[in-house]
Amino acid sequence: MSDIDLTSRPPAMQPLSLERRPFELRALTSGLLTGLTWGIAILGSIPLFSVIIMLVAEGGSRLDIEALTALPPAGFEMGGGFGNAIIGTLVMVAIAAAISVPLGLLAAIYLAILDPYSVVAGTSRFVAKTLTGFPSILAGVFTYAVLVINFGYSAVAGGVALAVLMLPTVVLAAEESMKQVPQKMTDAAFGMGCTRSQVIWKVVLPTGLPGILTGIMLAVAGAAGESAPLLFTALFSNYFMSELMEPTASLSILIYNFSAMPFDNQIELAWAASLVLVLMVLVFNILARLIGQSKV
Amino acid sequence: MSATAEAMAQSILPTAAAFSPVGPTVIDCQLEKVFYGDFLAVRNSNVPIEKGKITGFIGPSGCGKSTVLRSLNRMNDLIPIFRFEGHVKYHGQDVYGKNVDPVVVRRYIGMVFQQPNPFSMSIFDNVAFGLRLNRYKGNLEERVQKALERAALWKEVKDKLQKSGLSLSGGQQQRLCIARAIATEPDVLLMDEPCSALDPIATRQVEQLMLELKERYTVALVTHNMQQATRVADTTAFFGVDISQGGRTGYLVEMGETSRIFEDPQEELTKQYVSGEFS
Repeated sequence: MSDIDLTSRPPAMQPLSLERRPFELRALTSGLLTGLTWGIAILGSIPLFSVIIMLVAEGGSRLDIEALTALPPAGFEMGGGFGNAIIGTLVMVAIAAAISVPLGLLAAIYLAILDPYSVVAGTSRFVAKTLTGFPSILAGVFTYAVLVINFGYSAVAGGVALAVLMLPTVVLAAEESMKQVPQKMTDAAFGMGCTRSQVIWKVVLPTGLPGILTGIMLAVAGAAGESAPLLFTALFSNYFMSELMEPTASLSILIYNFSAMPFDNQIELAWAASLVLVLMVLVFNILARLIGQSKV
Repeated sequence: MSATAEAMAQSILPTAAAFSPVGPTVIDCQLEKVFYGDFLAVRNSNVPIEKGKITGFIGPSGCGKSTVLRSLNRMNDLIPIFRFEGHVKYHGQDVYGKNVDPVVVRRYIGMVFQQPNPFSMSIFDNVAFGLRLNRYKGNLEERVQKALERAALWKEVKDKLQKSGLSLSGGQQQRLCIARAIATEPDVLLMDEPCSALDPIATRQVEQLMLELKERYTVALVTHNMQQATRVADTTAFFGVDISQGGRTGYLVEMGETSRIFEDPQEELTKQYVSGEFS
Protein backbone atom coordinates (compact mmCIF):
# COMPACT_ATOMS: atom_id res chain seq x y z
CA MET A 1 0.00 0.00 0.00
CA SER A 2 2.77 2.36 -0.72
CA ASP A 3 1.20 3.77 -3.87
CA ILE A 4 -1.01 6.36 -2.11
CA ASP A 5 -0.85 9.53 -4.09
CA LEU A 6 -0.99 12.62 -1.92
CA THR A 7 -0.37 15.09 -4.69
CA SER A 8 -3.89 15.09 -6.13
CA ARG A 9 -7.33 15.18 -4.55
CA PRO A 10 -9.03 11.78 -4.15
CA PRO A 11 -11.85 11.45 -6.69
CA ALA A 12 -14.63 11.06 -4.09
CA MET A 13 -13.98 14.43 -2.55
CA GLN A 14 -16.01 17.36 -3.89
CA PRO A 15 -14.26 20.58 -4.67
CA LEU A 16 -14.33 22.51 -1.39
CA SER A 17 -17.14 25.06 -1.17
CA LEU A 18 -18.22 27.01 1.90
CA GLU A 19 -21.10 28.76 0.19
CA ARG A 20 -24.59 28.62 1.67
CA ARG A 21 -26.96 26.26 -0.20
CA PRO A 22 -30.46 27.49 0.65
CA PHE A 23 -32.37 24.72 -1.16
CA GLU A 24 -30.70 21.80 0.49
CA LEU A 25 -33.13 19.54 2.42
CA ARG A 26 -31.50 20.42 5.77
CA ALA A 27 -31.82 24.15 5.16
CA LEU A 28 -35.45 23.78 4.04
CA THR A 29 -36.40 21.76 7.13
CA SER A 30 -34.71 24.27 9.35
CA GLY A 31 -36.54 27.18 7.72
CA LEU A 32 -39.88 25.39 7.95
CA LEU A 33 -39.50 24.59 11.65
CA THR A 34 -38.35 28.12 12.46
CA GLY A 35 -41.41 29.48 10.67
CA LEU A 36 -43.64 27.05 12.55
CA THR A 37 -42.38 28.14 15.98
CA TRP A 38 -42.83 31.79 14.99
CA GLY A 39 -46.35 31.15 13.81
CA ILE A 40 -47.33 29.32 16.98
CA ALA A 41 -45.81 32.04 19.16
CA ILE A 42 -47.91 34.65 17.34
CA LEU A 43 -51.00 32.42 17.55
CA GLY A 44 -50.48 32.09 21.28
CA SER A 45 -50.35 35.82 21.81
CA ILE A 46 -53.54 36.51 19.82
CA PRO A 47 -55.94 35.90 22.77
CA LEU A 48 -53.87 38.14 25.06
CA PHE A 49 -53.67 41.00 22.63
CA SER A 50 -57.30 40.71 21.51
CA VAL A 51 -58.43 40.94 25.14
CA ILE A 52 -56.28 44.01 25.72
CA ILE A 53 -57.43 45.67 22.46
CA MET A 54 -61.07 44.97 23.26
CA LEU A 55 -60.66 46.37 26.80
CA VAL A 56 -59.08 49.54 25.48
CA ALA A 57 -61.74 49.92 22.77
CA GLU A 58 -64.73 49.28 25.03
CA GLY A 59 -63.49 50.66 28.33
CA GLY A 60 -61.12 53.42 27.20
CA SER A 61 -63.90 55.89 26.39
CA ARG A 62 -65.35 55.77 29.93
CA LEU A 63 -61.97 55.93 31.67
CA ASP A 64 -61.97 59.44 33.15
CA ILE A 65 -61.55 61.14 36.50
CA GLU A 66 -65.20 60.59 37.38
CA ALA A 67 -65.00 56.84 36.74
CA LEU A 68 -61.87 56.59 38.86
CA THR A 69 -63.23 58.58 41.82
CA ALA A 70 -67.05 58.51 41.93
CA LEU A 71 -69.29 55.96 43.63
CA PRO A 72 -71.16 53.31 41.60
CA PRO A 73 -74.42 54.60 40.08
CA ALA A 74 -77.82 53.19 40.98
CA GLY A 75 -80.18 51.58 38.44
CA PHE A 76 -81.14 54.25 35.87
CA GLU A 77 -78.64 56.85 37.11
CA MET A 78 -76.11 58.17 34.58
CA GLY A 79 -72.39 58.79 35.21
CA GLY A 80 -70.83 57.43 38.36
CA GLY A 81 -67.67 55.36 38.72
CA PHE A 82 -65.86 52.80 40.86
CA GLY A 83 -63.53 54.77 43.16
CA ASN A 84 -64.61 52.72 46.17
CA ALA A 85 -63.81 49.47 44.34
CA ILE A 86 -60.27 50.63 43.46
CA ILE A 87 -59.64 51.55 47.09
CA GLY A 88 -61.21 48.28 48.28
CA THR A 89 -59.04 46.16 45.98
CA LEU A 90 -55.87 48.02 46.99
CA VAL A 91 -56.69 47.78 50.71
CA MET A 92 -57.50 44.08 50.55
CA VAL A 93 -54.37 43.27 48.53
CA ALA A 94 -52.35 45.27 51.08
CA ILE A 95 -53.90 43.29 53.95
CA ALA A 96 -53.17 40.06 52.08
CA ALA A 97 -49.54 41.11 51.52
CA ALA A 98 -49.15 42.19 55.16
CA ILE A 99 -50.19 38.69 56.23
CA SER A 100 -48.59 36.50 53.59
CA VAL A 101 -45.21 38.24 53.14
CA PRO A 102 -43.90 37.97 56.73
CA LEU A 103 -45.31 34.45 57.17
CA GLY A 104 -44.03 33.39 53.77
CA LEU A 105 -40.55 34.81 54.36
CA LEU A 106 -40.20 33.09 57.72
CA ALA A 107 -41.37 29.81 56.21
CA ALA A 108 -38.94 30.23 53.32
CA ILE A 109 -36.02 30.88 55.70
CA TYR A 110 -36.86 27.65 57.46
CA LEU A 111 -37.21 25.70 54.21
CA ALA A 112 -34.14 27.12 52.49
CA ILE A 113 -31.64 27.47 55.32
CA LEU A 114 -32.56 26.26 58.76
CA ASP A 115 -33.67 22.71 58.12
CA PRO A 116 -34.14 22.03 54.41
CA TYR A 117 -34.10 18.23 54.61
CA SER A 118 -36.36 17.62 57.61
CA VAL A 119 -39.70 15.87 57.39
CA VAL A 120 -41.48 19.10 58.37
CA ALA A 121 -39.75 20.99 55.56
CA GLY A 122 -40.47 18.28 53.00
CA THR A 123 -44.14 18.20 53.98
CA SER A 124 -44.56 21.99 53.98
CA ARG A 125 -42.87 22.26 50.59
CA PHE A 126 -45.19 19.62 49.17
CA VAL A 127 -48.25 21.31 50.66
CA ALA A 128 -47.15 24.71 49.33
CA LYS A 129 -46.68 23.28 45.84
CA THR A 130 -50.12 21.69 45.98
CA LEU A 131 -51.67 24.93 47.23
CA THR A 132 -50.34 26.91 44.23
CA GLY A 133 -52.94 25.04 42.20
CA PHE A 134 -55.62 25.48 44.88
CA PRO A 135 -59.03 26.50 43.42
CA SER A 136 -59.37 30.09 44.51
CA ILE A 137 -63.03 29.78 45.41
CA LEU A 138 -62.07 27.28 48.12
CA ALA A 139 -59.90 29.95 49.75
CA GLY A 140 -63.08 32.03 49.94
CA VAL A 141 -65.12 29.17 51.38
CA PHE A 142 -62.40 28.45 53.93
CA THR A 143 -62.29 32.07 55.08
CA TYR A 144 -66.07 32.19 55.13
CA ALA A 145 -66.14 29.24 57.53
CA VAL A 146 -63.36 30.61 59.73
CA LEU A 147 -64.02 34.36 59.80
CA VAL A 148 -67.21 35.46 58.07
CA ILE A 149 -69.57 33.24 60.06
CA ASN A 150 -68.32 34.84 63.28
CA PHE A 151 -67.49 38.41 62.26
CA GLY A 152 -69.49 39.03 59.10
CA TYR A 153 -68.35 40.17 55.66
CA SER A 154 -65.34 42.49 55.80
CA ALA A 155 -62.22 43.76 54.06
CA VAL A 156 -60.16 41.82 56.59
CA ALA A 157 -61.88 38.56 55.61
CA GLY A 158 -61.26 39.39 51.94
CA GLY A 159 -57.59 40.09 52.71
CA VAL A 160 -57.25 36.81 54.59
CA ALA A 161 -58.77 34.87 51.67
CA LEU A 162 -56.31 36.51 49.26
CA ALA A 163 -53.45 35.86 51.71
CA VAL A 164 -54.26 32.14 51.66
CA LEU A 165 -53.84 32.25 47.88
CA MET A 166 -50.65 34.36 47.98
CA LEU A 167 -48.83 32.45 50.70
CA PRO A 168 -47.64 29.40 48.71
CA THR A 169 -46.37 31.57 45.84
CA VAL A 170 -44.44 33.80 48.24
CA VAL A 171 -42.99 30.82 50.14
CA LEU A 172 -41.82 28.96 47.05
CA ALA A 173 -40.40 32.03 45.26
CA ALA A 174 -38.56 33.21 48.38
CA GLU A 175 -37.19 29.74 49.09
CA GLU A 176 -35.96 29.40 45.52
CA SER A 177 -34.14 32.73 45.49
CA MET A 178 -32.57 32.14 48.92
CA LYS A 179 -31.34 28.75 47.77
CA GLN A 180 -29.66 30.44 44.83
CA VAL A 181 -27.40 32.49 47.09
CA PRO A 182 -24.06 30.74 46.47
CA GLN A 183 -22.70 28.67 49.34
CA LYS A 184 -19.31 30.38 49.01
CA MET A 185 -21.03 33.61 50.08
CA THR A 186 -22.52 32.09 53.22
CA ASP A 187 -19.16 30.41 53.89
CA ALA A 188 -17.52 33.83 53.70
CA ALA A 189 -20.04 35.22 56.17
CA PHE A 190 -19.46 32.37 58.61
CA GLY A 191 -15.73 32.84 58.12
CA MET A 192 -16.09 36.50 59.11
CA GLY A 193 -17.59 35.39 62.40
CA CYS A 194 -21.30 35.79 61.65
CA THR A 195 -23.84 33.93 63.71
CA ARG A 196 -26.44 31.99 61.76
CA SER A 197 -29.04 34.72 62.11
CA GLN A 198 -26.52 37.34 60.97
CA VAL A 199 -25.74 35.22 57.92
CA ILE A 200 -29.46 35.12 57.11
CA TRP A 201 -30.26 38.80 57.74
CA LYS A 202 -27.07 40.40 56.44
CA VAL A 203 -26.13 38.14 53.53
CA VAL A 204 -28.79 35.65 52.39
CA LEU A 205 -31.84 37.95 52.49
CA PRO A 206 -30.17 41.00 50.85
CA THR A 207 -28.60 38.82 48.15
CA GLY A 208 -31.85 37.00 47.42
CA LEU A 209 -33.99 40.15 47.73
CA PRO A 210 -34.61 40.84 44.01
CA GLY A 211 -35.93 37.31 43.51
CA ILE A 212 -38.02 37.50 46.67
CA LEU A 213 -39.58 40.83 45.62
CA THR A 214 -40.33 39.46 42.16
CA GLY A 215 -42.20 36.56 43.75
CA ILE A 216 -44.14 38.90 46.03
CA MET A 217 -45.11 41.17 43.13
CA LEU A 218 -46.33 38.24 41.04
CA ALA A 219 -48.39 36.97 43.98
CA VAL A 220 -49.85 40.48 44.47
CA ALA A 221 -50.71 40.72 40.77
CA GLY A 222 -52.48 37.38 40.93
CA ALA A 223 -54.42 38.31 44.07
CA ALA A 224 -55.54 41.69 42.67
CA GLY A 225 -57.38 39.97 39.84
CA GLU A 226 -59.16 37.36 41.99
CA SER A 227 -62.93 37.54 42.34
CA ALA A 228 -64.06 34.13 43.61
CA PRO A 229 -62.46 34.36 47.07
CA LEU A 230 -63.97 37.83 47.60
CA LEU A 231 -67.54 36.72 46.83
CA PHE A 232 -67.82 34.94 50.17
CA THR A 233 -65.68 37.25 52.24
CA ALA A 234 -65.74 40.92 51.32
CA LEU A 235 -69.05 40.88 49.46
CA PHE A 236 -69.60 44.35 47.98
CA SER A 237 -70.51 47.85 49.01
CA ASN A 238 -71.81 50.90 47.15
CA TYR A 239 -69.99 53.29 49.46
CA PHE A 240 -66.43 54.24 50.33
CA MET A 241 -65.07 52.10 53.12
CA SER A 242 -65.05 53.69 56.55
CA GLU A 243 -63.62 50.77 58.51
CA LEU A 244 -61.98 47.41 57.84
CA MET A 245 -64.74 45.30 59.39
CA GLU A 246 -67.52 46.11 56.95
CA PRO A 247 -68.45 44.71 53.52
CA THR A 248 -66.05 46.20 50.98
CA ALA A 249 -66.17 46.82 47.25
CA SER A 250 -63.58 45.37 44.89
CA LEU A 251 -62.96 45.82 41.17
CA SER A 252 -63.43 42.17 40.32
CA ILE A 253 -66.80 41.89 42.08
CA LEU A 254 -67.93 45.21 40.57
CA ILE A 255 -67.14 43.88 37.10
CA TYR A 256 -69.06 40.70 37.89
CA ASN A 257 -72.10 42.63 39.18
CA PHE A 258 -72.24 45.38 36.53
CA SER A 259 -71.61 43.20 33.50
CA ALA A 260 -74.82 41.28 34.20
CA MET A 261 -76.98 44.41 34.51
CA PRO A 262 -79.43 45.49 31.78
CA PHE A 263 -78.17 49.14 31.80
CA ASP A 264 -75.66 50.47 29.25
CA ASN A 265 -74.09 52.84 31.78
CA GLN A 266 -73.21 50.00 34.17
CA ILE A 267 -71.92 47.79 31.35
CA GLU A 268 -69.66 50.60 30.12
CA LEU A 269 -68.36 51.06 33.66
CA ALA A 270 -67.68 47.31 33.91
CA TRP A 271 -65.51 47.58 30.80
CA ALA A 272 -63.64 50.57 32.20
CA ALA A 273 -63.13 48.78 35.53
CA SER A 274 -61.76 45.74 33.67
CA LEU A 275 -59.26 47.98 31.92
CA VAL A 276 -58.20 49.51 35.24
CA LEU A 277 -57.78 46.06 36.79
CA VAL A 278 -55.65 44.84 33.88
CA LEU A 279 -53.54 47.99 34.08
CA MET A 280 -53.03 47.44 37.83
CA VAL A 281 -51.94 43.84 37.27
CA LEU A 282 -49.68 45.04 34.45
CA VAL A 283 -48.04 47.63 36.72
CA PHE A 284 -47.35 44.97 39.38
CA ASN A 285 -45.87 42.67 36.73
CA ILE A 286 -43.66 45.42 35.32
CA LEU A 287 -42.51 46.29 38.84
CA ALA A 288 -41.68 42.60 39.39
CA ARG A 289 -39.62 42.56 36.21
CA LEU A 290 -37.75 45.77 37.01
CA ILE A 291 -36.91 44.51 40.49
CA GLY A 292 -35.83 41.15 39.09
CA GLN A 293 -33.51 42.78 36.59
CA SER A 294 -31.63 44.72 39.23
CA LYS A 295 -30.08 41.38 40.31
CA VAL A 296 -26.29 41.70 40.35
CA MET B 1 -8.46 -6.27 70.02
CA SER B 2 -6.70 -5.46 73.28
CA ALA B 3 -5.47 -1.99 74.04
CA THR B 4 -1.80 -2.94 73.51
CA ALA B 5 -2.50 -4.62 70.18
CA GLU B 6 -4.36 -1.54 69.04
CA ALA B 7 -1.50 0.65 70.12
CA MET B 8 0.91 -1.56 68.20
CA ALA B 9 -1.23 -1.38 65.08
CA GLN B 10 -1.22 2.37 65.51
CA SER B 11 2.53 2.53 65.77
CA ILE B 12 2.98 0.65 62.51
CA LEU B 13 1.13 3.37 60.60
CA PRO B 14 3.58 5.92 59.24
CA THR B 15 3.50 9.18 61.14
CA ALA B 16 5.59 12.30 61.00
CA ALA B 17 8.34 13.10 63.49
CA ALA B 18 7.19 15.84 65.83
CA PHE B 19 8.12 19.31 64.65
CA SER B 20 8.57 22.07 67.17
CA PRO B 21 8.98 25.57 65.80
CA VAL B 22 11.66 27.90 67.11
CA GLY B 23 9.37 30.84 67.81
CA PRO B 24 6.17 31.01 69.85
CA THR B 25 3.23 28.92 68.61
CA VAL B 26 -0.14 30.63 68.02
CA ILE B 27 -2.16 27.53 67.22
CA ASP B 28 -1.24 24.16 68.61
CA CYS B 29 -3.13 21.72 66.42
CA GLN B 30 -3.02 18.01 67.21
CA LEU B 31 -5.53 16.05 65.18
CA GLU B 32 -5.50 12.37 66.10
CA LYS B 33 -8.48 11.44 63.94
CA VAL B 34 -10.87 13.49 61.83
CA PHE B 35 -14.04 11.84 60.61
CA TYR B 36 -16.74 12.78 58.12
CA GLY B 37 -19.41 10.34 59.24
CA ASP B 38 -17.63 6.97 59.32
CA PHE B 39 -14.95 8.07 56.88
CA LEU B 40 -11.56 8.69 58.47
CA ALA B 41 -10.38 11.76 56.55
CA VAL B 42 -7.22 12.74 58.46
CA ARG B 43 -5.16 11.06 61.16
CA ASN B 44 -2.11 11.81 63.28
CA SER B 45 -1.44 15.34 62.15
CA ASN B 46 0.37 17.57 64.59
CA VAL B 47 0.66 20.95 62.95
CA PRO B 48 1.88 23.84 65.08
CA ILE B 49 1.34 27.30 63.55
CA GLU B 50 4.17 29.66 64.41
CA LYS B 51 3.56 33.30 65.22
CA GLY B 52 4.38 35.85 62.51
CA LYS B 53 5.28 33.20 59.95
CA ILE B 54 3.62 31.73 56.91
CA THR B 55 2.96 28.03 57.36
CA GLY B 56 2.32 26.29 54.05
CA PHE B 57 0.29 23.09 53.70
CA ILE B 58 1.16 21.07 50.61
CA GLY B 59 0.22 17.62 49.39
CA PRO B 60 -1.70 15.73 46.72
CA SER B 61 -5.48 16.08 46.26
CA GLY B 62 -7.55 14.49 48.98
CA CYS B 63 -4.73 14.53 51.55
CA GLY B 64 -6.80 16.51 54.01
CA LYS B 65 -4.87 19.77 53.98
CA SER B 66 -8.05 21.86 53.63
CA THR B 67 -9.75 19.77 56.31
CA VAL B 68 -6.89 20.52 58.71
CA LEU B 69 -6.98 24.22 57.85
CA ARG B 70 -10.74 24.46 58.30
CA SER B 71 -10.62 22.70 61.65
CA LEU B 72 -8.42 25.53 62.98
CA ASN B 73 -11.27 28.07 63.06
CA ARG B 74 -14.13 25.58 63.32
CA MET B 75 -15.36 26.10 59.76
CA ASN B 76 -15.87 22.33 59.71
CA ASP B 77 -18.64 22.78 62.28
CA LEU B 78 -20.85 23.74 59.34
CA ILE B 79 -20.61 20.15 58.13
CA PRO B 80 -22.91 18.22 60.49
CA ILE B 81 -21.14 14.86 60.08
CA PHE B 82 -17.72 16.26 61.05
CA ARG B 83 -16.12 15.07 64.31
CA PHE B 84 -12.56 14.71 65.51
CA GLU B 85 -10.30 13.42 68.23
CA GLY B 86 -7.40 15.49 69.45
CA HIS B 87 -7.19 19.15 70.26
CA VAL B 88 -6.73 22.58 68.69
CA LYS B 89 -5.40 25.18 71.08
CA TYR B 90 -5.27 28.87 70.27
CA HIS B 91 -2.97 30.76 72.64
CA GLY B 92 -3.43 27.85 75.03
CA GLN B 93 -7.25 27.92 74.91
CA ASP B 94 -9.09 24.91 73.60
CA VAL B 95 -10.84 26.08 70.42
CA TYR B 96 -13.33 23.20 70.71
CA GLY B 97 -13.88 23.78 74.46
CA LYS B 98 -17.39 23.52 75.85
CA ASN B 99 -17.80 27.23 76.55
CA VAL B 100 -16.12 28.43 73.37
CA ASP B 101 -18.28 30.24 70.81
CA PRO B 102 -17.17 29.30 67.28
CA VAL B 103 -18.37 32.71 66.11
CA VAL B 104 -15.81 34.40 68.38
CA VAL B 105 -13.08 32.01 67.25
CA ARG B 106 -13.67 33.03 63.63
CA ARG B 107 -13.35 36.69 64.51
CA TYR B 108 -9.79 36.05 65.75
CA ILE B 109 -8.93 33.51 63.09
CA GLY B 110 -10.07 34.89 59.74
CA MET B 111 -10.31 33.05 56.47
CA VAL B 112 -9.76 33.59 52.74
CA PHE B 113 -11.31 30.99 50.48
CA GLN B 114 -10.34 29.21 47.29
CA GLN B 115 -12.97 30.94 45.18
CA PRO B 116 -13.18 34.72 45.51
CA ASN B 117 -16.47 35.22 47.37
CA PRO B 118 -17.30 38.90 47.84
CA PHE B 119 -20.80 39.66 49.07
CA SER B 120 -23.33 41.04 46.64
CA MET B 121 -22.87 44.59 47.97
CA SER B 122 -20.64 47.56 47.32
CA ILE B 123 -16.85 47.36 47.60
CA PHE B 124 -16.97 49.64 50.64
CA ASP B 125 -19.67 47.59 52.36
CA ASN B 126 -17.77 44.39 51.69
CA VAL B 127 -14.71 45.68 53.55
CA ALA B 128 -16.78 47.35 56.26
CA PHE B 129 -18.85 44.18 56.78
CA GLY B 130 -16.74 42.70 59.56
CA LEU B 131 -16.24 46.11 61.22
CA ARG B 132 -19.98 46.72 61.35
CA LEU B 133 -20.48 43.17 62.58
CA ASN B 134 -18.21 43.96 65.51
CA ARG B 135 -19.94 47.34 66.03
CA TYR B 136 -16.74 49.22 65.30
CA LYS B 137 -17.08 52.74 66.70
CA GLY B 138 -14.12 54.51 65.10
CA ASN B 139 -13.65 56.01 61.67
CA LEU B 140 -15.07 53.45 59.25
CA GLU B 141 -13.78 55.18 56.08
CA GLU B 142 -10.25 55.25 57.43
CA ARG B 143 -10.23 51.57 58.36
CA VAL B 144 -11.71 50.52 55.01
CA GLN B 145 -9.09 52.57 53.16
CA LYS B 146 -6.29 51.10 55.25
CA ALA B 147 -7.49 47.54 54.65
CA LEU B 148 -7.79 48.14 50.91
CA GLU B 149 -4.31 49.72 50.85
CA ARG B 150 -2.83 46.75 52.66
CA ALA B 151 -4.55 44.42 50.22
CA ALA B 152 -2.94 46.40 47.35
CA LEU B 153 -6.34 47.22 45.90
CA TRP B 154 -6.91 50.84 47.00
CA LYS B 155 -5.49 52.49 43.88
CA GLU B 156 -7.69 50.42 41.60
CA VAL B 157 -10.98 50.93 43.45
CA LYS B 158 -10.70 54.27 45.26
CA ASP B 159 -12.95 55.99 42.71
CA LYS B 160 -15.62 53.28 42.65
CA LEU B 161 -16.11 52.24 46.26
CA GLN B 162 -19.90 52.24 45.80
CA LYS B 163 -19.77 49.79 42.88
CA SER B 164 -20.67 46.16 43.47
CA GLY B 165 -17.85 43.94 44.68
CA LEU B 166 -18.94 41.44 42.06
CA SER B 167 -18.09 43.88 39.25
CA LEU B 168 -14.34 43.44 39.89
CA SER B 169 -12.10 40.97 38.07
CA GLY B 170 -11.24 37.64 39.70
CA GLY B 171 -7.87 38.81 41.04
CA GLN B 172 -9.35 42.05 42.34
CA GLN B 173 -12.20 40.13 43.98
CA GLN B 174 -9.72 37.91 45.80
CA ARG B 175 -7.78 40.96 47.04
CA LEU B 176 -11.12 42.45 48.10
CA CYS B 177 -11.79 39.29 50.12
CA ILE B 178 -8.36 39.63 51.70
CA ALA B 179 -9.10 43.28 52.52
CA ARG B 180 -12.42 42.20 54.04
CA ALA B 181 -10.66 39.56 56.13
CA ILE B 182 -7.91 41.87 57.43
CA ALA B 183 -10.13 44.92 58.05
CA THR B 184 -11.07 43.53 61.45
CA GLU B 185 -7.38 42.92 62.28
CA PRO B 186 -7.63 39.20 62.94
CA ASP B 187 -4.75 37.52 64.70
CA VAL B 188 -4.42 34.63 62.27
CA LEU B 189 -5.36 34.45 58.60
CA LEU B 190 -6.20 31.07 57.08
CA MET B 191 -5.88 30.98 53.30
CA ASP B 192 -7.30 27.99 51.45
CA GLU B 193 -5.65 27.90 48.00
CA PRO B 194 -6.28 31.63 47.57
CA CYS B 195 -4.61 31.76 44.15
CA SER B 196 -6.07 28.69 42.48
CA ALA B 197 -8.66 30.73 40.58
CA LEU B 198 -6.24 33.52 39.66
CA ASP B 199 -3.98 34.22 36.68
CA PRO B 200 -0.17 34.43 37.15
CA ILE B 201 -0.09 38.22 37.54
CA ALA B 202 -2.84 38.28 40.16
CA THR B 203 -1.15 35.32 41.87
CA ARG B 204 2.09 37.30 42.13
CA GLN B 205 0.22 40.25 43.63
CA VAL B 206 -1.48 38.07 46.22
CA GLU B 207 1.81 36.35 47.09
CA GLN B 208 3.52 39.72 47.51
CA LEU B 209 0.63 40.65 49.74
CA MET B 210 1.07 37.54 51.90
CA LEU B 211 4.70 38.43 52.51
CA GLU B 212 3.61 41.89 53.67
CA LEU B 213 0.79 40.48 55.76
CA LYS B 214 3.06 38.26 57.82
CA GLU B 215 4.59 41.38 59.34
CA ARG B 216 1.33 41.82 61.24
CA TYR B 217 -0.51 38.53 61.11
CA THR B 218 0.16 34.83 61.31
CA VAL B 219 -0.74 33.08 58.08
CA ALA B 220 -1.60 29.46 57.35
CA LEU B 221 -1.71 28.75 53.63
CA VAL B 222 -3.00 25.71 51.77
CA THR B 223 -1.54 25.55 48.30
CA HIS B 224 -1.53 23.12 45.44
CA ASN B 225 1.41 24.90 43.94
CA MET B 226 4.81 23.83 45.25
CA GLN B 227 6.57 26.84 43.75
CA GLN B 228 4.18 29.04 45.69
CA ALA B 229 5.13 27.26 48.90
CA THR B 230 8.85 27.80 48.20
CA ARG B 231 8.23 31.46 47.37
CA VAL B 232 6.22 32.44 50.42
CA ALA B 233 6.10 29.79 53.15
CA ASP B 234 8.56 29.87 56.06
CA THR B 235 7.49 26.46 57.30
CA THR B 236 5.98 23.73 55.17
CA ALA B 237 3.83 20.80 56.20
CA PHE B 238 3.62 17.99 53.67
CA PHE B 239 0.53 15.79 53.82
CA GLY B 240 0.20 12.41 52.15
CA VAL B 241 -2.61 9.95 51.49
CA ASP B 242 -2.59 6.61 53.24
CA ILE B 243 -4.62 3.93 51.45
CA SER B 244 -3.40 1.03 53.58
CA GLN B 245 -6.46 1.14 55.86
CA GLY B 246 -9.00 0.86 53.07
CA GLY B 247 -10.15 4.47 52.61
CA ARG B 248 -8.12 7.46 51.57
CA THR B 249 -6.85 8.92 54.79
CA GLY B 250 -4.67 12.00 54.86
CA TYR B 251 -1.84 12.39 57.36
CA LEU B 252 1.11 14.62 58.02
CA VAL B 253 4.21 13.08 56.44
CA GLU B 254 6.80 15.68 57.26
CA MET B 255 6.97 19.22 58.52
CA GLY B 256 9.86 21.59 58.76
CA GLU B 257 11.48 24.73 57.43
CA THR B 258 10.50 25.16 53.80
CA SER B 259 14.08 25.04 52.48
CA ARG B 260 14.72 21.86 54.42
CA ILE B 261 11.54 20.18 53.14
CA PHE B 262 12.35 20.98 49.55
CA GLU B 263 16.14 20.53 49.56
CA ASP B 264 16.65 17.82 52.11
CA PRO B 265 13.44 15.86 52.68
CA GLN B 266 13.78 13.07 55.23
CA GLU B 267 10.88 10.96 54.01
CA GLU B 268 10.85 9.06 50.73
CA LEU B 269 7.26 10.23 50.01
CA THR B 270 8.21 13.89 50.48
CA LYS B 271 11.21 13.42 48.20
CA GLN B 272 9.01 11.98 45.47
CA TYR B 273 6.40 14.70 45.82
CA VAL B 274 8.72 17.72 45.85
CA SER B 275 10.64 16.32 42.88
CA GLY B 276 7.35 16.15 40.99
CA GLU B 277 7.08 12.36 40.71
CA PHE B 278 3.38 12.52 41.63
CA SER B 279 0.90 15.19 42.45
